[in-house]
Amino acid sequence: MSENTKREITYLEAVREAMVQEMRRNPEVFLIGEDIGVYGGAFGVSKGMLEEFGPERVRETPISEEGIAGAAVGAALMGMRPIMEIMFMDFATLAMDQLVNQAAKMRFMLGGAVSVPMVCRAPAGSGTGAAAQHSQCLEAWFVHTPGIKVVSPSNAYDAKGLLISSIRDNNPVFFIEHKLLYRTKASVPEEVYAIPFGKAKVVREGSDLTLLSYSIMVPRALEAAAKLAEEGIQVEVVDLCSLKPLDTETIVQSVSKTGRVLIVHEAPVTGGFGGELAAVIAESEAFDYLDAPIRRLAGRNIPIPYNRTLERASVPQVEDIEKAARALAREGR
Amino acid sequence: MTDSSVLVGALNQVGEVDWNPILDSSVFVKQLPVEKLAWMLEKMCLTRYFEEKAEELYTRGLVHGTMHLSIGMEASPVGSIAALEPEDFIIHHHRGHGHTIAKGANIVTMMGEFLGKEPGYCRGRGGSMHIADVSDGNMGATGIVGGGIPIATGIGLALQMRKSPQILLSYFGDGSTNEGAFHEALNMASVWDLPIVFICDNNKYGMSMDFRHSMNVEYISTRAASYGMPGISIDGNDVLTVYQVVSQAIGRARSGKGPTLVENVSYRWRGHSKSDRNLYRTQDEIEDWMNRCPIKRFKQLLLTSQVMREDEIEAIDRAAKQTIDDAAEAAILMPEPTPENMEDEVYAP
Repeated sequence: MSENTKREITYLEAVREAMVQEMRRNPEVFLIGEDIGVYGGAFGVSKGMLEEFGPERVRETPISEEGIAGAAVGAALMGMRPIMEIMFMDFATLAMDQLVNQAAKMRFMLGGAVSVPMVCRAPAGSGTGAAAQHSQCLEAWFVHTPGIKVVSPSNAYDAKGLLISSIRDNNPVFFIEHKLLYRTKASVPEEVYAIPFGKAKVVREGSDLTLLSYSIMVPRALEAAAKLAEEGIQVEVVDLCSLKPLDTETIVQSVSKTGRVLIVHEAPVTGGFGGELAAVIAESEAFDYLDAPIRRLAGRNIPIPYNRTLERASVPQVEDIEKAARALAREGR
Repeated sequence: MTDSSVLVGALNQVGEVDWNPILDSSVFVKQLPVEKLAWMLEKMCLTRYFEEKAEELYTRGLVHGTMHLSIGMEASPVGSIAALEPEDFIIHHHRGHGHTIAKGANIVTMMGEFLGKEPGYCRGRGGSMHIADVSDGNMGATGIVGGGIPIATGIGLALQMRKSPQILLSYFGDGSTNEGAFHEALNMASVWDLPIVFICDNNKYGMSMDFRHSMNVEYISTRAASYGMPGISIDGNDVLTVYQVVSQAIGRARSGKGPTLVENVSYRWRGHSKSDRNLYRTQDEIEDWMNRCPIKRFKQLLLTSQVMREDEIEAIDRAAKQTIDDAAEAAILMPEPTPENMEDEVYAP
């Protein structure tokens, strides 16, 4: 292993590095969004980019999410590769027409005459005391929209490789970051690398049950799995990485092996992506291997509250995952 | 402010812009080459006959979906696109047959799309509302009122970033200027001096809502003032006034001076779509506007100014009708698309 691959950087730095490297490589790539210049973005993701690329390519906008998304769609139609930053994923609601009716539909609607190579980056998730309008995980809405791809990396290494793939992809990609992951570190090579979509990763092997997850819930699942291992429960943790396209093969393989599956995500359980995962498993050959019902552990069906105790209680924590996995491991025996 | 006495055909003006005098069409008509005038007449006639044919095909039960006809509004797309260079761009709205024809669409391929056929512009996936001809700079229409305006900003941004000499005409209706998209997009385009001419095809009604009840300004061009952008409202049924004004706005856009809002005041004779029973306006009002038909007016002008003879005018008219009739016959015979593998078309490779 070279010195390079041992380098540790944060998730936030990995996102920035992916953008910077692609912008150096391809003059058609540019960043557009609110307060991304001198301020460096609300979370500091684009810090320093204005200095390197100038205001043309680190394009600050008025507070106009629909306008930003429309600008990205239009520029993408012309063959450029815009990366639009939505300050909080919650604000994607203000850009929904452009993302859902325009970006996603354009290629099919025009009979294949165009493509829309753009990335919409947004930080999602609770845990920062930002309350109901700055804490949501809205991935299910976009997974439900044909024409958009959705990726949601759980660590710095994947964040860099998946963002590079997102920028190079010829379709609209919703790249979901997580605020609580921004400061987490991982070993990230300095060189440019792309991680293909639609490939889940078995990030911990186990034989007793499969834990399907993505984003912030992956490190929480790994922590829970480590504790359960001390009790003799071997949890296999699968990081989906991209939700659409979805790696059904790895999911089916893992669930067929363990016979038990716990699906964990932060977004509210009702109508959440976990329902889709449950259906994929139930409809597959893995169903025949199930020793217990498919279980979901997800956010409660409430807006995210402000108070720390209430907020924590709204979405799965390590101890919740531990508890749910322990119960499932004992089910049907 | 320019002396209003020179603003023949201009109804309202916003911003400190030195417009060249807008000449009366009876004077201006003699300054254009006959070929240009013949082109305008041809495109207006093609649009009218296309839409009359569309109605006929609909009545005959050959059309699956709905359609939005622009009969009576032909001068705006034709007069404005006449002022473009061939490599320039347009993006328009759901009432966009005229824009598509004026930009140079193949009429047979267009009719094929209208009938939902595989060889149509969108392979039958888009229909009347989404006919685009991207390779020819027609970036298509959106069915979401106002949805195309922010995209126009993005196209303009790409042109500016690439230092391209090309410009874009962005069309939308009166109703869409009440959408937030209009506000966000025009503001951004003005802040960045993008090479765009925003053209409002004001046909007086947002579906059934009289525009005078949906906004408290008499002229939509007034709204340009909020963006620090020049605006002008003109007689949108006078193809040569549209041409003169849009030419100047294009000049501003091309020379890096930024966008302009042009309001072409016109009227749609037909209902909003096929479900419309015209309960919100009087027959007298419709007839009054039918008497101001932009095509009749233009023909009359060509005749009285003696730049074209009646037989020349009628030859253009007849040829247009024949083109449409032939296109419809050809399109009816086109193959239908098949439903297999549609999932493969959703994403670009």
